[in-house]
Amino acid sequence: MRSTRMLPFLGVIGLVVFWYIGVFVEVVDPVLLPSPVDAGTAIWNGMTGGGLLNDFLRTIERTTYSIVIAAIIAIPLGIFLGSSENLYRSVEFIVDFFRSTPASAVFPLFLVIFGVGDETKVLVASFGAALVILFNVSYGVMNARKTRLLAAKVMGASKMRVLTDVMLLESLPQTFVGLRNGVSLALVIVIVAEMFIGSVDGLGYRIINAQMLFEMPDMYAAIFVAGALGYGFNFLFLMIEKRFVHWSGK
Amino acid sequence: MIQTSPDTRPRSAPHVTIRGLSKSFGPAVIYDDFDLDIPRGEFVSIFGPNGCGKSTLINMIAELIPRDAGEILIDGQRIRDVRFGYVFQNYREALFPWLRSIDNIRYPLKFLNMSKGEQRERVDKLVEYFGVKIDLNKYPYELSGGQQQLVSIMRSLVVEPEILFLDEPFSALDYEMTLFMRDQLQKVFQETGTTMVLVSHDLEEAIYLADHILLLSRGPAEIADFVPFDLPRPRDAGTLTDDTFVQVKAHCLEIFQREVRKG
Repeated sequence: MRSTRMLPFLGVIGLVVFWYIGVFVEVVDPVLLPSPVDAGTAIWNGMTGGGLLNDFLRTIERTTYSIVIAAIIAIPLGIFLGSSENLYRSVEFIVDFFRSTPASAVFPLFLVIFGVGDETKVLVASFGAALVILFNVSYGVMNARKTRLLAAKVMGASKMRVLTDVMLLESLPQTFVGLRNGVSLALVIVIVAEMFIGSVDGLGYRIINAQMLFEMPDMYAAIFVAGALGYGFNFLFLMIEKRFVHWSGK
Repeated sequence: MIQTSPDTRPRSAPHVTIRGLSKSFGPAVIYDDFDLDIPRGEFVSIFGPNGCGKSTLINMIAELIPRDAGEILIDGQRIRDVRFGYVFQNYREALFPWLRSIDNIRYPLKFLNMSKGEQRERVDKLVEYFGVKIDLNKYPYELSGGQQQLVSIMRSLVVEPEILFLDEPFSALDYEMTLFMRDQLQKVFQETGTTMVLVSHDLEEAIYLADHILLLSRGPAEIADFVPFDLPRPRDAGTLTDDTFVQVKAHCLEIFQREVRKG
């Protein structure tokens, strides 16, 4: 048990060793590939007063706003649409179409409409995440186990009670799938948006800035922190799901 | 256990009356002008060839699915005005996994206008009656299949139903559990006198539990026979080798095979 729990670290150690070898034999220009220690130092320095921490927090803030806005709009709407299959079928094409449209493609449009401020970044990310959540919530409601709905009905539950007591809870596992996919997408969009014109902070801004200044350790540091952030968001939602949707997958 | 006031209505009056029932699924006519009386306080098992509409019948009585035509009355009332229980074959999908087992059992009481205290009392009484040894604070998915179906049956009984419908309730259980559950059900039936209607694909089980076995023919379904079986209760393993049981089983099997060949 103890040995299997250590397995993930093997891969990480392997990667670092591989990286060291790459630096040592100079497979690429040393300027483009700093050593793991240099990158680590850049993370440490950046997080302890070097500005990386601030960018990190700004990206968290934007992504959090995005996912909250997306959830507030998409969850009730998804329940509403999903509770009537005919209703969902009538908007399915629109949802699928915009869900398939890369959110980054509408970013310039949002820039024109909402300006270069923070709102635009947050709203584009919300837009992308909301469609993913909407789609999953609707399907969660529509795919509620028929037997369970009938069971509630024979016990005397009204249509409203069936919705609140059964459908909502039935859709929760799928809702969390939507939230996890949504937050990943929101992070992607926020980082891309931060690379665009008018940005003054955020991990995306930091990455593009470090690239232009050729400060490679800083750039690697920001990339790793962005990775950690994505992983952290996913992990957070998994933990929440495990806590509140204990029956998921059972 | 539960019903304290004795049922004063004459036992001879039918509990469920079905008149002129018709139902089709697309081109397949399942019922066409079907009549049936289900006697009060009796255990009726429904048996017949696959697809003849056994489950469809109790689903229509319970108004889980609509009928095309005809009238179904329980004591002259619509089913929605009657306290009844329904046990699904698929307990895994019928129980609520987000509620603890004990709360699953309590759930139908929410619709009965009872205080929290009364609800708890009612559930406690039922749990005690069944002598349940499982931990009902567990979630359904933490229980074995048989335990889940037991919870499901308790949930259907907690409202003290006048009539109980069971749709192949034991078909997903192993043999040992099936035997145990049959006897639990028989005990409840004997002590409460609740009218019970069981759909079964197991002839032995259908007869073992029944006062009457309703044999259905195929498409459109008709009453092939309504076979009485009146061996005294409690019935046990010995019942299965009793001469009357063997004769009734042979008779039912003969009719069943005749109907299967017709189809």
